Amino acid sequence: MLGKLSWSDIPFDVPILVGTFAGAAIAGLAVLGLITYYGKWGYLWKEWLTSVDHKRLGVMYIVLALVALFRGFADAIMMRSQLALAYAGNPGYLPPHHYDQIFSAHGTIMIFFMAMAFMTGLMNVIVPLQIGARDVAFPFLNSLSFWMTTVSFVLINVSLFIGEFSQCGWLAYPPLSESQFSPGVGVDYYIWAVQLSGVGTLLTGVNFFTTIVKMRAPGMTYMKMPVFTWTIFCTTVLIMVAFPILTVALGLLGLDRYLGMHFFTNDGGGNQMLYLSVIWAWGHPEVYILILPAFGAFSEITQTFSRKPLFGYNTMVYATCSIMVLSLVVWVHHFFTMGAGPNVNAFFGIMTMIIAIPTGVKIFNWLFTMYKGRVEFHATMYWVIGFMITFTIGGMTGVMLAIPAADFVLHNSLFVIAHFHNVIIGGVYFGYVAAMNFWFPKAFGFKLNEAWGKRAFWFWFIGFYFAFMPLYVLGFMGMTRRMNHYDNPDWYPWLLVAEFGAVLIACGIVCQLTQLYVSIRDRNLAENRDLTGDPWNARTLEWSTSSPPPFYNFAVVPTVHDLDAFAHDKEAGIDTRAAGADYQPIHMPKNTSAGFFVGAFSLVLGFAAIWYIWWLAAIGLIGVIATVIARSSNNDVDYYVPVSEVARIENEHTRNLMAAQAAE
Amino acid sequence: MAHDMTVDAAHAHDEHHESPVVFGFWLYLMTDCLIFGTLFAVFAVMRNQFAGGPTGKELFDLSGVGIETAILLVSSITYGFGMISAHQNKLGTMRMWLAVTFLLGLGFLFMEIREFSHMVAEGNGPDRSAFLSSFFTLVGTHGLHVTCGLLWMAVLMVQSTGKTVLSERMMNKLTCLSLFWHFLDIVWICVFTFVYLMSVI
Repeated sequence: MLGKLSWSDIPFDVPILVGTFAGAAIAGLAVLGLITYYGKWGYLWKEWLTSVDHKRLGVMYIVLALVALFRGFADAIMMRSQLALAYAGNPGYLPPHHYDQIFSAHGTIMIFFMAMAFMTGLMNVIVPLQIGARDVAFPFLNSLSFWMTTVSFVLINVSLFIGEFSQCGWLAYPPLSESQFSPGVGVDYYIWAVQLSGVGTLLTGVNFFTTIVKMRAPGMTYMKMPVFTWTIFCTTVLIMVAFPILTVALGLLGLDRYLGMHFFTNDGGGNQMLYLSVIWAWGHPEVYILILPAFGAFSEITQTFSRKPLFGYNTMVYATCSIMVLSLVVWVHHFFTMGAGPNVNAFFGIMTMIIAIPTGVKIFNWLFTMYKGRVEFHATMYWVIGFMITFTIGGMTGVMLAIPAADFVLHNSLFVIAHFHNVIIGGVYFGYVAAMNFWFPKAFGFKLNEAWGKRAFWFWFIGFYFAFMPLYVLGFMGMTRRMNHYDNPDWYPWLLVAEFGAVLIACGIVCQLTQLYVSIRDRNLAENRDLTGDPWNARTLEWSTSSPPPFYNFAVVPTVHDLDAFAHDKEAGIDTRAAGADYQPIHMPKNTSAGFFVGAFSLVLGFAAIWYIWWLAAIGLIGVIATVIARSSNNDVDYYVPVSEVARIENEHTRNLMAAQAAE
Repeated sequence: MAHDMTVDAAHAHDEHHESPVVFGFWLYLMTDCLIFGTLFAVFAVMRNQFAGGPTGKELFDLSGVGIETAILLVSSITYGFGMISAHQNKLGTMRMWLAVTFLLGLGFLFMEIREFSHMVAEGNGPDRSAFLSSFFTLVGTHGLHVTCGLLWMAVLMVQSTGKTVLSERMMNKLTCLSLFWHFLDIVWICVFTFVYLMSVI
């Protein structure tokens, strides 16, 4: 009846998990209780959970990303603490079985649910506004993508308390991840969580590519698109190219495990290196999927706070496109040690080094944008400058790893860990946090507190160096990754330093949470409110509408005359909002709960399949299909916003705008 | 009064965009194409990994596969006839052609399932060797797509029943399924060539 599931799968014997469960349960009940107490269930359901508004979905994605950050960081600091203790005679506090689950969960969560969700959230909030569109091309699919991502994250967290998670690292290399060596449900949790979230990501890719191609405001040719939109454009291409490959890789691994096939097994003609090749053919483009939007955000922020247009817009676009193409032909550098031979390794080594050129172009463009600009040292700019320094170091160690001969020494060592955290924290994370600080007033109508933003930056920045520079050293000293325990006395002090760095980063996260709290508390203070919609005197279209934007984004679809459309209009004295214009009824999509239910049934399907509860899996699958058919048969999916409603909202914004101008 | 304006009445004011549905679906098909591409690449790696088991030459019955191919190709033509009827707004004829396509698709699926079950019954299932794993996965993924296509076709037949005019939304759905169905044909031609023919040669 319940497949493999039994009481013994609930880890009552692991105090850390029982404690975590108690904490999560209390926190969860508190949140549910508060929602009930304030009677907000209807509001939550109607305005958020069933929303197809890209801005709301974007906000929900970022909330999901922050929760995932919390979970992923908890894993990280547990690992660092284990290694600060587990030296010589001391076994530490995490037995290998638990420790291996933690590093697997850390990587999986940080990439798929922190970084990907954060990136998707940012593109949701910003891209339609930046291209002057009223929504994305497929609003329902957008909601569906969000729910697929969310239920996958739920599934991964269920594995904490029911059964176990994968112990095979974030990419679940076979043969370790085959049922012969991992007979438990851990790898199945991993496969189902990543597969379901992959569906969401793929649909997001299709959705935003279509949006950017088909829904740009009149006059916005490709070479007048803002750089952030360009980077999202390239990212969606990479999503569409790479994620199907991931689906196949994990699908084949699943078939090995569920149906006894022989793709990657030791016997029956299986080939483990095939898995590595296929999964990295996704995995390498994936890191560019994450970093390109960060590059886009840095470009927008740098030009805004340097008070001049971006230096070398064209080269920035070409560099982004070059990186997009090159990222598809470098994947073998993740397994130079496979033994593909010197010619193959040389090709992939050289292609990898070539990526440093367009990336270097970008760094110089940002530097030249700042050069002779009137740089305003806003908290957002701190992250940008911190990024430029940190990412350059990470890029250089990447070029070191691109040399096959050097890679043979460094492969699988902590040097690799230091390198990719250097680019992912210093590049991706700093970029997303900068973007969140920059676009927060657009999404909510008030600014984030700067003092706490700067404190968060300094803790993260210094903490990063303390946490990861020792790992470079340890890599050279021969320490391999994923170790649970060690005896080498030379490593010990470096690991203590790394632990100290992790504590500093924890302080950084606390500062970020405080920043959110303080900003929300003080949101009505005059200096924090954004009444104009353009708090930074910025250059692109999203700042030409109110903050937060009305649900239809633009009462009158803007006409674009130049690159940086809003800056051009401000200089030319064009009233972009055309207040009091002859408004037309606006065609908008209706909210729908279909995405929520497809997600919920997918969760049932995934959970049941993990535990071999086949009747329940059938219910989940039928539920998904039935919901999709029901949605397809529903013709009541859109409506028109009447002119009077548009006029009411626009007049209110005009009043705010005039009040703000009078106050200046 | 603008408040009472219905969706239809407001349509006149809308600066009408071309629906992005077909373009978006085309993109989705390209990602699907990459799934098949990867599966073909995997098959290319695995095609000689027999692990002491039977080879393709011993297993495949080309005449049966030839009939399957013919059925699927004809079903593409009949779907095309259905689309012509749809464009002419002859809904009864369109449903008739969709029904013919549906039956052909079902016949294809039936033959594929029969082939699979014969192989499994003789102990040559997907767990026999890496070659057979990749064979069953590649061909089975195509079969799964055909199944989804049939389900979709059935839904569209039901949804168009009782209508006298096809809405734009309905027309888009029919066009997308048309793309999907022809796409599956192209994939099948590759399966026929690279999996069946090249294994037998």
